[in-house]
Amino acid sequence: MKKFFCIALALVMMLGCFAACGKATPADSANPADSAGKATGNPIKIGGIGPLTGGAAVYGNAAKHGAEIAVEEINALGGIQFELNFQDDEHDPEKSVNAYNNLKDWGMQILCGTVTTTPCIAVAPNSFSDRIFTLTPSASSPEVIKGKDNVFQMCFSDPNQGIASAQYIAENKLATKVAVIYNNGDAYSTGIYEKFSAEAATHGLDIVSVTTFTDDSQNDFSVQLADAKSAGAELIFLPIYYTPASLILNQAESMGFEPLFFGVDGMDGILTIEGFDTSLAEGVMLLTPFAADATDDATVSFVTKYNEKFSETPNQFAADGYDCIYALYEACTAAGITADMDTETICDKLIEAFATETDEDGNVTKEGLVFEGLTGAGSSMKWAKTGEVFKAPMAVVIKDGVYVGM
Amino acid sequence: MSKIKKLNKTTRSNFITYAIVIIAYILSQIFSSAGIMSNSLRGQLVPICAYVVMAISLNLTVGIMGELSLGHAGFMSVGAFTGVITAISLQDSVTSGPLRLLIAIVIGGIMAGIFSLIVAVPVLRLRGDYLAIVTLAFGEIIKNIVYCLYVGMDSNGLHIGTVSIEALQMEDGATTIINGPMGAVGITKLSTLLAGFLLILFSLFVVLNLIKSRSGRAIMALRDNRIAAESVGISPSKYKLMAFVTSAILAGMAGTLYAMNYSTVAAKKFDFNTSILVLVFVVLGGIGNIRGGIIAAVILTILPELLRQFSEYRMLTYAIVLILVMILTNGAKARQFLERIKGSLRFIKKKSDGGGAVNG
Repeated sequence: MKKFFCIALALVMMLGCFAACGKATPADSANPADSAGKATGNPIKIGGIGPLTGGAAVYGNAAKHGAEIAVEEINALGGIQFELNFQDDEHDPEKSVNAYNNLKDWGMQILCGTVTTTPCIAVAPNSFSDRIFTLTPSASSPEVIKGKDNVFQMCFSDPNQGIASAQYIAENKLATKVAVIYNNGDAYSTGIYEKFSAEAATHGLDIVSVTTFTDDSQNDFSVQLADAKSAGAELIFLPIYYTPASLILNQAESMGFEPLFFGVDGMDGILTIEGFDTSLAEGVMLLTPFAADATDDATVSFVTKYNEKFSETPNQFAADGYDCIYALYEACTAAGITADMDTETICDKLIEAFATETDEDGNVTKEGLVFEGLTGAGSSMKWAKTGEVFKAPMAVVIKDGVYVGM
Repeated sequence: MSKIKKLNKTTRSNFITYAIVIIAYILSQIFSSAGIMSNSLRGQLVPICAYVVMAISLNLTVGIMGELSLGHAGFMSVGAFTGVITAISLQDSVTSGPLRLLIAIVIGGIMAGIFSLIVAVPVLRLRGDYLAIVTLAFGEIIKNIVYCLYVGMDSNGLHIGTVSIEALQMEDGATTIINGPMGAVGITKLSTLLAGFLLILFSLFVVLNLIKSRSGRAIMALRDNRIAAESVGISPSKYKLMAFVTSAILAGMAGTLYAMNYSTVAAKKFDFNTSILVLVFVVLGGIGNIRGGIIAAVILTILPELLRQFSEYRMLTYAIVLILVMILTNGAKARQFLERIKGSLRFIKKKSDGGGAVNG
C-alpha cells in the first residue's frame, strides 16, 4: 500500500509538471466578466524583458526598477491601469525569445523591451509577426527597428551617437588627434565606433589609434592605452559601458597618461561604481540623455523615489525604463486604449499614436506623440515612422564628482 | 511483442530509443495542433532538437571514444555560420524552404567536419588529455574568428573580409550576412520541428549504427585498453578520427538547425558555457548512454523556463535541481529505492498478467 501511495504521489507530481507547461492563454487571464462594472478595472498587461542576472544585469535591473516606479505612479493616478511582468533573459538571444514566449502565455498586450541590443534583434521579428507593440528602452542598433513598423526605440540609435560625438568634438575643438578604444564583441560599441570614424574624417579629426577589446579581455587595457599614448592622442573616445571605462581611467592614471576622455551614454553610471575613485573621472565628458542630478521637478522626484526604493542613484537605463512606461501611458490615453482590446488593435492604435509622419521635404503631415520625459534633456521627443526617436543629445562634463552641462 | 523480446539486448534498447523520439514527436505535434501547448514550450521545440543532436554527438566523443571535448560549441558555431551563409546565398536560386534548409544543414555539417579534421589529425596521434585542451582553444578561436568576419552578398557573389562591412566595397542594396561581432542578422527562419525531428533520427541512426559496427567496436576497444587494441592491429588514430569527425559533423548540423531558428545568431552564443552545457547533458544522462543524454538535454532545456515563477531564485533553483539529480541518480540509497520501485512495478505487472490469464 505504501508503495502504491509512493507511485500515486509521483504520478500526481508529474501531472503537476504538465499542468505547469499547459496553457495560460490570454482568454482566461483577462476575465472580461469582472470588468463589466468599472471601465478602468482591468490593467493593460505590459511585458518587460532584460538581463536581471549575469554580466549585463545592471542594465536590466535598472530598466526594470525604473519601469516599476512609473507603473506605480500611473496606477495611483487612477486612470488607465498597467500591470508589469518583467522577465530575465541573461543577455542571451535564445533566452530572450523564451522569455518573450513566456510573456505571451501570460497574456502580454504591449512589450517594453528588450533592454539589450542583441537579444532585441532576436525578439523584435517575433513581436513584429505577432503584432505586439514594442517599445525598447535601450536597444540602440538600427537593426532592431529595421523593417518593423511596430518596434520603437526610446534611446538614441548608435549611429546618431557616433555622429553627434564626432561633431561635438570637432565643433568645440576639443582635440585633433583622437584615439578610440571600443568593444568589438558588442553591437552597441561597434555601431557607434563605425559611424564615429566615418564622421570624424569629414570633420578633420585625425584618428591616430584604434584598439579593441571583448567582454573576455576587459580586465587589462595597458596595451590599448600605450598604443594611444605613443600615437600622441589628445583625446580618447570611449564608446563603451562604464565598467571597462572605469578601469581605463584607472590605468591611464597609473601610466601618467592624461588625455581628455569622451564617452557616450554607456559611460553614464561611472560615478556610482563602488570603490571607484571619482576623482579619476574628473574632466571626463560624455553624451547622455539623462543626468541624475538635474534639478527639474520630474528628475528630482524620480531620483528621490528610486533612492528610497532601491537605495541607489538611477542611471540612464532606469530613466529609459521610466520614460517608456510614461510614453506608453500617454499614447494609450491619446488613442483611447483599454485592456479588453486585442493586441493587434492595440498595436495599430499605438503605431498611429506614436509615429510622426513627414513628407519628402521634412514637413510634418501627421503629428504623432510629443513626449516630455526624463531622457529628453529638456526638449520633447518625437518618433519617426521607422521607430527612431528624435531628441536632443546632451553633453556633460564631470566636475567635482557631479555632471555639469556643457 | 514476442519478436522484440527475442532480439538481443542492444537492438531492443535502440528500438526503445527510436520509439521514445518518435512518440515524443507525435505527442508534441498533437498537443501543438490541438492548441494546448504553451507558446513558451512551442518556441523551445527546435532548440531542444538542436541540443538533443548535440548531446548525441558529444556522447559519441565522450562516451564511446572516451576523449573529452570542451569545445563542441565551436563545431556548432562553424555549422551555424556556414549554414546561414549557404541559406542566404541560395535564397534566390533555391526557392523551396525545406530544400534550402537541407542543403544548408549538409554544408554546415561538412564544414564542421573539415574543421574537426584540422584539429584532430595532429591531436589524436597523442596520448593523454590533449584533445580536451585543443578543443577548448578551438572553441575560443572560432569565436574570435567570427568576431572579425564580415560577409556580404551582392550581384557579384559573396564578399568576405575581416575589417568592416564598408571595406567589402559592395554594390548598393547588398545584403549583409555576417556583421562581425554582431553575428549573422536578417536570417529567414527555416527550421521546423519536423526538420529537427528528422535530424535527431538521422544522428541516432548514424551513431547507434556506428557503435554496433566493426569500427564502433574498434573505437570502444581503444577506449577500454589502447595497448591491447593496438596489439591486435587496430589503428588508434584512424578509428578515433572517424568517431571525432562524425561527432563534429553532427554538431555542425545541429548548429545550422539552431541558427536557422532565430533571426539573429552571434558567435558569443557558442562559447565555453555552451560547450559545458552540452557536456552537462551527457554527464547527467550517463556517459555513453545515448538515451539518457537525449532525456537530459530535453529536461535541462525546458527546466529554466519552468522555473520562471521563482524569479530571482531561478538559477539558484536550477543549480539545486542539477545537484539533486546527480545525487539521486548516482547515490546508493537512491539506486536501491529505484530498484524497489522497479521490483514493485514488475510485481504489479505479473499480478495483472496472471489475472488476465484466468479471465481469458
